[in-house]
Amino acid sequence: MLKRTPLFEAHQKLGGKLIEFGGWEMPVQYTSIMDEHQAVRTAAGLFDISHMGEVVVSGPQAETFLNQTLTNDVRELAAGRGQYTLMCNERGGVIDDLYIFRLMRTEFLLIINASRINQDVEWMTQRVASGPYASDVKVTNASDRFGAVAVQGPRVKEFINGCIVGYSAGPTEVDQASDLQKNELGLFNFNRMVIYVARTGYTGEDGFEVFAPLQIVAIWNKLLEVGRPFGLNPCGLGARDTLRTEMCYPLYGQELDEHATPIEAGLGFFVALDKGDFVGRTVLAEQKEKGVSKKCVAFKMTDKSAPPRPHYGIWSTGADAKHIGGVVSGTQSPSLGIGIGMGYVPPQFAKPGTAIDIEIRGKRAPAVVVQKPIYRKPTRG
Amino acid sequence: MTNIPSDLKYAKSHEWVRVNGHTGVVGITDHAQHELTDVVFVELPAVGRQVKAGEACAVVESVKTASDIYSPVSGQIVEVNKAAVDNPALVNTEPYGGGWFYKIQLSNLAELNNLLSPESYKAQIGQ
Repeated sequence: MLKRTPLFEAHQKLGGKLIEFGGWEMPVQYTSIMDEHQAVRTAAGLFDISHMGEVVVSGPQAETFLNQTLTNDVRELAAGRGQYTLMCNERGGVIDDLYIFRLMRTEFLLIINASRINQDVEWMTQRVASGPYASDVKVTNASDRFGAVAVQGPRVKEFINGCIVGYSAGPTEVDQASDLQKNELGLFNFNRMVIYVARTGYTGEDGFEVFAPLQIVAIWNKLLEVGRPFGLNPCGLGARDTLRTEMCYPLYGQELDEHATPIEAGLGFFVALDKGDFVGRTVLAEQKEKGVSKKCVAFKMTDKSAPPRPHYGIWSTGADAKHIGGVVSGTQSPSLGIGIGMGYVPPQFAKPGTAIDIEIRGKRAPAVVVQKPIYRKPTRG
Repeated sequence: MTNIPSDLKYAKSHEWVRVNGHTGVVGITDHAQHELTDVVFVELPAVGRQVKAGEACAVVESVKTASDIYSPVSGQIVEVNKAAVDNPALVNTEPYGGGWFYKIQLSNLAELNNLLSPESYKAQIGQ
């Protein structure tokens, strides 16, 4: 039986086409992926992300525990700030990628992938029980209590205060939601209930993510009401995937799994090797120093071709062409009008400008390795 | 409300064929294009290829997925629609007109009896 979010009926009413994702019944699109994608790039889009997991880690030793469990350095986080980070196993393989916010000195909110909630909670709980922290760290899986929405796009700042009314008293203190800076989180009131609002997202556009124990349906409806005049459209997982692929943001299960490390995935920026010991550090430090055997690259198709898809083969070019890797994400880019993707190849093929071929139904189509992100916002002026 | 022209025969897999003598024109239905959404790429069979009814012989790709297109009838491909290859959106905007896939010389007219009438197709898609 698939799980449903509190917004399930709202999706049905809006004519959303529902599919299975990570054990959840979620809308893949309402009208079309193209239209929803363009809405986010040019105006605004509203996503149900209630399937994502929320875990609260608290206690006097919470910071120490998290810094030994995650790759990025949580000590850098002032209260009210968030960072992207990864949770690795001893081999450096990725258990999950997540966003962590510091709510107060001894309390953190972790936003984790829907498909990884059980693994993450079990991993952290076991580490707490077997480590020196025991009674000083509490791991609480709050996933079933939270609904969540993401509202994304360049025009969101023009209407967000019409839904999230008033100030945040902390941890980031601002007069209005639109005053939050990137990666900042505040507690606001909505219908006299406390909700979390963060200036974060997964689309490459400006925007906010709202986490609320109750009231998520009312928040969704209010956002649609105040956002429609600014071009806000409800958006499904289809557009969420094309938007994040253009930005080269990883998706767990595609770019990331327990057999790939953050270094191999090109996420070394989020691995703080200098912060002291943490799970996976030995392997990651060695990879950083000696290099890796595979790297996750971004590519664009160079000729008119069918879009690349996950599991298609990647080939080198020329007389001695051979199979060198596989596509992990691939789609038609709605912004660029060509096929784009990411895949793992040996490091000698990872340099931007390297010609590669993608095997599409037995035929090889030309592509080129490009810098991440694949899509950059056109500069105005 | 989906468009189901009365002068066509339909396959359960959502293709249509318009028969004129021994020649058929094949495409996908309005319902199919609506379900696929935003067609971004069309791959058509080579002219001269012999296909059997039910054989996968073309591919239509939306943003999200690639879908096989099955020939509703057997025969030899005599022409393909280059306009749909150049402008795949025609499959969405004119599924029964400019978005056709290929013309086929029918090798077995009796097969047409295995296809669905407009009424049966309408019932199949629950309209």
